[in-house]
Amino acid sequence: MAASLDAAQGLSHRPPGRPSRAARLRLSGLFWRHPWAKALLLLAPPLLAFVFVYLASLVALFISSFWTIDPFTSEVRHIWNVDNYRTLWQSSAYHSIALRTIGIAAAVTLTDAILAFPLGYFMARIAGGRSRAFIFVAVLLPLWSSYLIRVYIWRLILDHNGVLNWTLRKVGLPAANIGYSNWAVWLIFAYVWLPFMVLPVYGALERIPESFIEASRDLGAGGVTTFRRVILPLALPGVVAGSIFTFSLTLGDYVTPLLAGGASSQFIGNVVYDSIGSQQIPFAAAFAAVPLAVMGVYLLIARKLGAFEAL
Amino acid sequence: MEQRATRIALGVWSALVVLFLWLPLALIILYAFNKSNVQSWPIPAYTTHWFRAAWTSEVQTSLWLSVRVGLIATGIALVLGSAAAFGVARFRFFGREAVSFLLVLPIALPGIVTGIALNSAFVAGSINLSMWTIVVGHATFCVVVVYNNVLARLRRASPSLIEASQDLGADGWQTFRFVVWPVLSTALVAGGLLAFALSFDEVIVTTFTAGSQNTIPLLILGYIRLGQQLPVVNVIAFTMIVFTAVPVLLAQRLMRDTGVLRRTAGNVTEAVESAQITAV
Amino acid sequence: MTRIKRGHVLLAAMAAALCVPAAGISSGNGLPTSIGKGEGQLNLIAWEGYTQPQWVKPFQKATGCQVHAKYAGSSDEMVTLMRQGGGSQYDGVSASGDASLRLIYGHDVQPVNPNLIPDWKNFIPALKSPPHNTVKGVHYGISLQWGPNTLLYNTKDVKPAPTSWSVIYNPKYKGKITVPDNPIQIADAALYLSKAQPSLKITDPYELNSTQFNAAVKLLSQQKPLIKKYWALASDEIDLFKNGDAVVGASWPYQTNTLIAAKAPVKDLIPKVGATGWADTWMMSAHAKHPNCMYKWMAWVSTPKVQAQQAIYFGETPANPKACSIMNKLSPGSAAQYHCGASASYFKSIKFWKTPVAACGNGQNDCMDYTKWQQAWTQLKG
Repeated sequence: MAASLDAAQGLSHRPPGRPSRAARLRLSGLFWRHPWAKALLLLAPPLLAFVFVYLASLVALFISSFWTIDPFTSEVRHIWNVDNYRTLWQSSAYHSIALRTIGIAAAVTLTDAILAFPLGYFMARIAGGRSRAFIFVAVLLPLWSSYLIRVYIWRLILDHNGVLNWTLRKVGLPAANIGYSNWAVWLIFAYVWLPFMVLPVYGALERIPESFIEASRDLGAGGVTTFRRVILPLALPGVVAGSIFTFSLTLGDYVTPLLAGGASSQFIGNVVYDSIGSQQIPFAAAFAAVPLAVMGVYLLIARKLGAFEAL
Repeated sequence: MEQRATRIALGVWSALVVLFLWLPLALIILYAFNKSNVQSWPIPAYTTHWFRAAWTSEVQTSLWLSVRVGLIATGIALVLGSAAAFGVARFRFFGREAVSFLLVLPIALPGIVTGIALNSAFVAGSINLSMWTIVVGHATFCVVVVYNNVLARLRRASPSLIEASQDLGADGWQTFRFVVWPVLSTALVAGGLLAFALSFDEVIVTTFTAGSQNTIPLLILGYIRLGQQLPVVNVIAFTMIVFTAVPVLLAQRLMRDTGVLRRTAGNVTEAVESAQITAV
Repeated sequence: MTRIKRGHVLLAAMAAALCVPAAGISSGNGLPTSIGKGEGQLNLIAWEGYTQPQWVKPFQKATGCQVHAKYAGSSDEMVTLMRQGGGSQYDGVSASGDASLRLIYGHDVQPVNPNLIPDWKNFIPALKSPPHNTVKGVHYGISLQWGPNTLLYNTKDVKPAPTSWSVIYNPKYKGKITVPDNPIQIADAALYLSKAQPSLKITDPYELNSTQFNAAVKLLSQQKPLIKKYWALASDEIDLFKNGDAVVGASWPYQTNTLIAAKAPVKDLIPKVGATGWADTWMMSAHAKHPNCMYKWMAWVSTPKVQAQQAIYFGETPANPKACSIMNKLSPGSAAQYHCGASASYFKSIKFWKTPVAACGNGQNDCMDYTKWQQAWTQLKG
């Protein structure tokens, strides 16, 4: 086959010393006839890496949630039990921590969706080329400044004598007392994850062909109806894709509650982090199973809503 | 076309959101000039002292480590991520959905879970924490970013392109060089840029996979802990904004003239939207 | 005579040759007998403020050991960091009394030879071989400094000036109080109750049976609505006080010094009932990669000058009483302010951090161990 291809391209007059090309053609042919070989070659390295490095360590971690530790030396004892899960189930403190984490994650997602949608619409369908580029850069650049510093600056802004209260007092309004509280945590999360919501929403809105909107108007629909029945459903996968970011990133974070939270701002991540710090790996693993399960459910719902096709 | 009122309202909303995004950044830059080493408002006095004080050997070492980790993790991600994307996009096989789901996990799961899982694995395997363990940790989510980006691009490109190339007599290498690469290049560049940005700013997984070394985010956390030289942290942030603003603005300028911006915007959008990034 | 002399000389020479210690060659019990050449690097885990350039830079210059410090805000963090990666990540840790025994029994630290530290013999007797770093005569570290957990308050907003820990449980300052985010804080509540509720018969705030423990936890849950934030990082408390979010709280002298330097109107004190505190030890990791540098560091920070510098900077008390006169030279009156050369009774009034274990000192075995303290603390914070 290789020889005939060479002949077909008039390559027979080429110098005979080009075995590498012939070999490459034979290899290509092999892969063409046996596509699974190509699939295997492509998929094996990343899958092996993932399975051995990542998945195995995850499995090992969750197995350890069924073990216990020696109280004094803090070494892990391989004694099977469900004490960790029983503690989680019975103590109301862990319930409220989990609910707070999930609740704020949902609130952040909703806030970012509301903030991002009009902006994405403006960028995709109204702004001219120059404004669109400008807004694009303006939304993207904050991602490159350090997350830690952005959280820290908000802590300073929301301080008792920070920029926010200073401004409020100057215009005669009472001071807002939201520093070091769950309000601060919600605000900061909404702030840092906003670019991640804007971009998929923008992408989804940009892909709606103008002809759809024209057709809708031709059929007599007004602005609101067009929005509700044409634009929103088509943009929804983008919103859901963005929500996967905002939700999972908030769900697993502990840095923002640590830096900017108040006395009742513990997240699941904080408890896991503190448990690791005090050597209670099995308990940390057990509590870490909660965001894992929540995200599993969330991803299944997101898939049904078509977010994975919007990716 | 939308009504004029709607367009104005949306424009105002967009301006407010952009202002919301940038006001804290402006404050970060302002605080870098704070004379006092303890941050408060109003700023008592201004100085450029911290810009000189910030460039210590510690900062240089951390910067160099962050850059190295970012480059290696991105390199691994580009290779493994595109390979995986090709495999999933072009072939139907049993367990394809599972593979796809598996490859999204590092980003869907909280960073702390990835961090402690890897940490436990390293401890169990008696592997010393070093730059390489940091790279492994970062590679897990960098691969996902590149994978999703390349996958999205492949889904839009026609598979018959490769067949046509082979019909015309090209071997595997030529097909790659002349057909596959041009289609993918912008996706890879965008994905790579994003993966690097994520790795550079990552703190949670790094906390658990770093030994005694400090990447820039870990160094910043150390400075925040100490509370003695906080403006140095602002100086670092300011520098980062400036250094990334320049190439991004430049790129945007060049693209604008050639009309490539829409395509580039689409690339980066794909990259970011499919990358459930752990910026932490 | 010449022959004998030569014989004697030869014998003496042989004996001398046998006795000359080469770098790091151990004596009979496995400990080094001299400090060898520095390895060029030193990785430490330290409390915030323990590795200031003021004394690190001259050390680096004199020994060539480049110091990399990772900060930890609690003993728990220090233990975790020491155990990472098989224990060879770090060479040393400035462990407080509630981490040191855990590290010793967990085989995370190795014995050291205190005779290699010239200033060790000058240390106050109570800190030469204290039970929290010396087990069965084997030294697992060199004592560093010690100090109290103080009561910090804003002089403008807290009137009259407080004299007792009761102020941090007082609803008058609701939403303006801060205490450390550390399970060991339960001991502070127990200490307060040892005088406020004598019927509980609390003698040692770290040895609490379930009745005493529950009472302490109950006091802390009553305190919770008054708390603005549990500070985990030293800079948290600095920001809280500087920016008006907190006006009173439990603290370390480090925060007080930083706030006063930043012109914040604060003061601190140790109430009459006493306070909890910490006695820190520099311990060497069992798998230290740079042991010679670590020995050099331990020797360096034990010298009177560095002890004085660190004591003034952080606000703690040196283990080496020769530092007191230098403290007064650097900052007049500081020796008395930080109790340098203080009496044994002051030393005894500080209840130093130690790991709570089930074995109470009195022969009973029903005290709460540290795991229960941690769980109670997490659930208390909610």
